[in-house]
Amino acid sequence: MLAAAFALLRRDLQLAWRHPSDLAAGLFFFVIVSSLFPLGVGPETALLQRMAPGVLWVAALLASFLALPRLFAEDHRDGSLEQLALSGLPLPLVVAAKTLAHWLAAGLPLALVSPLLGLQFQLPVDVLGVLLLSLLLGGPALAVVGAIGAALTLGLRGSGMLLALLVLPLYIPVLIFGAGAVDAQLAGLSPMPHLSLLAACTLAGLGLAPLPTAAALRLALE
Amino acid sequence: MPPVMLEARQLTAQRGERLLFANLDLRLARGQALWLKGRNGSGKTTLLRILAGLHQPREGGVYWQTAPLTTGLATTSYLGHRNGLKDDLSPSENLHHACRLQGLAVTETAIEVALAQVGLDPLVQELPCRLLSQGQQRRVALARLLLEQRPLWLLDEPFVGLDDQAVARFLDHLRHHLAQGGLLVLTTHQPLDAASLGVPLAELQLSPQFH
Amino acid sequence: MDIRQHPRLFHYASPATFYPLAGRLVPSLGGLALLLCLLGLWIGLVIAPGDAQQGEGYRIIFVHVPASWMSMLAYLAMAFWCAIGLIFNTRLSFMMAHALAPTGALFALLSLVTGALWGKPMWGTWWVWDARLTSELILLFLYLGYLALQGAVEDPHRADRACALLALVGAFNVPVIYFSVRWWSTLHQGASVSLSQAPAMASLMLWGMALTALGFWAYTAAVALARVRLLILERERRSDWVQRLLNEEATA
Repeated sequence: MLAAAFALLRRDLQLAWRHPSDLAAGLFFFVIVSSLFPLGVGPETALLQRMAPGVLWVAALLASFLALPRLFAEDHRDGSLEQLALSGLPLPLVVAAKTLAHWLAAGLPLALVSPLLGLQFQLPVDVLGVLLLSLLLGGPALAVVGAIGAALTLGLRGSGMLLALLVLPLYIPVLIFGAGAVDAQLAGLSPMPHLSLLAACTLAGLGLAPLPTAAALRLALE
Repeated sequence: MPPVMLEARQLTAQRGERLLFANLDLRLARGQALWLKGRNGSGKTTLLRILAGLHQPREGGVYWQTAPLTTGLATTSYLGHRNGLKDDLSPSENLHHACRLQGLAVTETAIEVALAQVGLDPLVQELPCRLLSQGQQRRVALARLLLEQRPLWLLDEPFVGLDDQAVARFLDHLRHHLAQGGLLVLTTHQPLDAASLGVPLAELQLSPQFH
Repeated sequence: MDIRQHPRLFHYASPATFYPLAGRLVPSLGGLALLLCLLGLWIGLVIAPGDAQQGEGYRIIFVHVPASWMSMLAYLAMAFWCAIGLIFNTRLSFMMAHALAPTGALFALLSLVTGALWGKPMWGTWWVWDARLTSELILLFLYLGYLALQGAVEDPHRADRACALLALVGAFNVPVIYFSVRWWSTLHQGASVSLSQAPAMASLMLWGMALTALGFWAYTAAVALARVRLLILERERRSDWVQRLLNEEATA
């Protein structure tokens, strides 16, 4: 069964690989939105540095949010989703595999690029490290929570705005702990409490979120 | 009399506010085929999806060998209006993944054989499905059925987009499936009779209910 | 659990039997609500002494705090009915949840507005990012999400269950969100700008708030029951008893 789930993950990664434009769009969004803030508030170094943890986290969060509809929409459209439901594999496991693949294809690149953007905000190297780590730890949490919203709104008209309303409030704890970790490092304090909470969110999310997501997918398949 | 494998009791289904059918019973045994008939909108697709476990009936239940039927039992091959194929993958890759997902160990040869059995031109076997015609994609979906080898086949308009030769070829496969003790429920506008499938063909007529 | 096995327990789970019951309850609850609110507000606005530091403006706390409580209680009630609906597959439970949502959202909004009105004379700003107000704002978003999802899904079967899933996921997340916002608040709020610092409560003031809170509860119950009656009529409009009822109303 795990082998089958792994096969699903590989399939989704293979499909994502054949659409590099999706990945590029997410990265460009991340870069552009981050760049809007200095343009909006001015280039003063101290201010930018102070803002950076929050700005970069929000930009990454929004970029990963934009990728959410891709998680199930294509499979729903071509009928693969119902075949997955019929395959005999538990649907929560299917959800977990797809969400993980989604994060690897869409969320991981954002995390890897973030230190470069952090440089634009004059963040010191150790803070860049914490930024990367926080996005690596928190990204999967965003993906699994976002998956719940994506499944609930699957196939609905005008689902983009609705998805934002459903999912962004649920993102808030992850944002607080993630940006908080980077902030702490910036202030010379230990980021460990924040990072631990972040890891807890991700683990709890990976374990629990696939259940309502699977239930929502069944509703969408009816 | 072969044992009854599939049973539906007192099925009542709705589409939104519209009642499709009520208190519907059906029984199917090994080697039996059922042809669902009715006008568009009479609930044929909904009934098939209920039998597959994809749609929850308002009332009633579906049972496989007297146990409630769930998708987890993996006893059903369902072919709906959409083929369930990934556009970006080739037919071989699609079938390969479909089998892997079900835990079926399948060789490249077996896939090639299945594709040959549905008459898919070998030249297109490695192209992304996006580039195949509707009929060709349908054949790949049918090949999946052959590889899955599950006892219950639920087919919703399986012959759409197929030419006469392909239809004849697939009727052969249906005959073979039934002869091996498989079960079949299908909808189609293609004229069928007992001779097409080699077994007595039961019919169920659904008519739209009005309040 | 099958409803048919426990007829007594689920007697009122049928919309047909619940409808008249709700109809009888609404006026009494409405009257109770009016009475309790008037009492509570009388204590708060007239009897309770003015605060030494905050003057008369603090009196809005007698609306703000009960409204916050009610917004949270309504969400819990909503989540409870959603859970019941998912477990027992009873239509009425989902309708009850739908009926509670708008009122819960209203109280969340009321809490935010009264919080702002309290804050203005106190701190000179219309909004303060303290833990309680921020959490209340997020709760309002959760309500709005529920209402938006309900409006976006046309099929009632799917709408009921999707909203139920959302409400339960939200209910699970509310403690997480509250915790994280308090965490965030303690990290960033160096100054003591906080609406959580209410003036020391004399027991009389607590009574005032409790009475208003009970009044709000009675109001929520009354309005939710009235709303669920409308939902019942709409959803069950094709059934015999509704047709009979509407015919009676028409000929009366």
